[in-house]
Amino acid sequence: MMILPISKKVILITGSSRGIGRAMAEHFLQQDYQVLGCSRSPTSLSSDNYQHFCLDISDEAAVKKMFSTIRKQFGRLDVLINNAGIAAMNHALLTPMSTVKNVYQTNVFSAFLFCREAAKLMRKHQSGRIVNLSTVAVAYDLEGEAIYASSKAAVESLTKILAKEFADFNVTVNALGPTPVETALIKNVPAEKIKQLIDRQSIKRLGTFADINHLVEFFIDEKSDFITGQVVYLGGA
Amino acid sequence: MITEQQITDVIYSVIDQMNELRDQNLIDKGLQTPLIGQRSQLDSVDLVNLLLGVEEQLEDEFDISFVVANEKALSLKNSPFRTVKTLTDYLTDSINQ
Repeated sequence: MMILPISKKVILITGSSRGIGRAMAEHFLQQDYQVLGCSRSPTSLSSDNYQHFCLDISDEAAVKKMFSTIRKQFGRLDVLINNAGIAAMNHALLTPMSTVKNVYQTNVFSAFLFCREAAKLMRKHQSGRIVNLSTVAVAYDLEGEAIYASSKAAVESLTKILAKEFADFNVTVNALGPTPVETALIKNVPAEKIKQLIDRQSIKRLGTFADINHLVEFFIDEKSDFITGQVVYLGGA
Repeated sequence: MITEQQITDVIYSVIDQMNELRDQNLIDKGLQTPLIGQRSQLDSVDLVNLLLGVEEQLEDEFDISFVVANEKALSLKNSPFRTVKTLTDYLTDSINQ
């Protein structure tokens, strides 16, 4: 069994095979973290300091097994980034219940499951950082995004309450709400709709992976141990 | 088959680990040690640590994945978390079912 030197921090990123998750994984590999990622599909990301778990993040038994492996292999978890998410954009009257269930399963139930299991590991070292991904769609109450935005509103509520419950273990929980970023998640959104969204921001441009990584770095910084239960929207939503 | 004694030993072992981190108000190792209520030496965070510690040790020693605070445990009329003895009985029954 390999136990890493205590100096190397372990970060787990869900949905790390593409988009924002992939960019974060690459970023934190450059920051000398031991990076762990998971997604339903395998990843092309390869590094001595990267380990990938192929699993369905809503499968409780599989998730518990993954955390058990992390505990036995690394003995610690310093950071969890709950990035995996799915979007559904449609008029409420045209939204099937199967879509509602899928979105809530991935965005809310799985986020909670990962927070719970991560905090169990973090409590042993009396320190940890959890960052959940929300969206500016919550702040804007966007039409056509009732299910996606409300699922992320639930994530924001979870963030604030878990911040209180996990404070006893010195685990902070914060959320960030990115603006639209060029990823697969928005590739089917019409350009006009993206422009309308950007026009609502204080700073009117698409977000970048660097914007997101910067905020994540702020939340997980050791000096940020008094910052918890916060939701920060990029771009001035 | 995991015996009652083995479960009790796991709980005592977790109590030992918790006591190592405490300067005072050490948790008694006895079957009648209250885990909840006014007479208990454990606060709510201690109880969480105890139950999660037991969960972890059960996994390490017996290779079983068991959620101690599951729906059944939380819905029983008499909480299985009252004392070391009631927790032992509950775990022995549930795990061997």
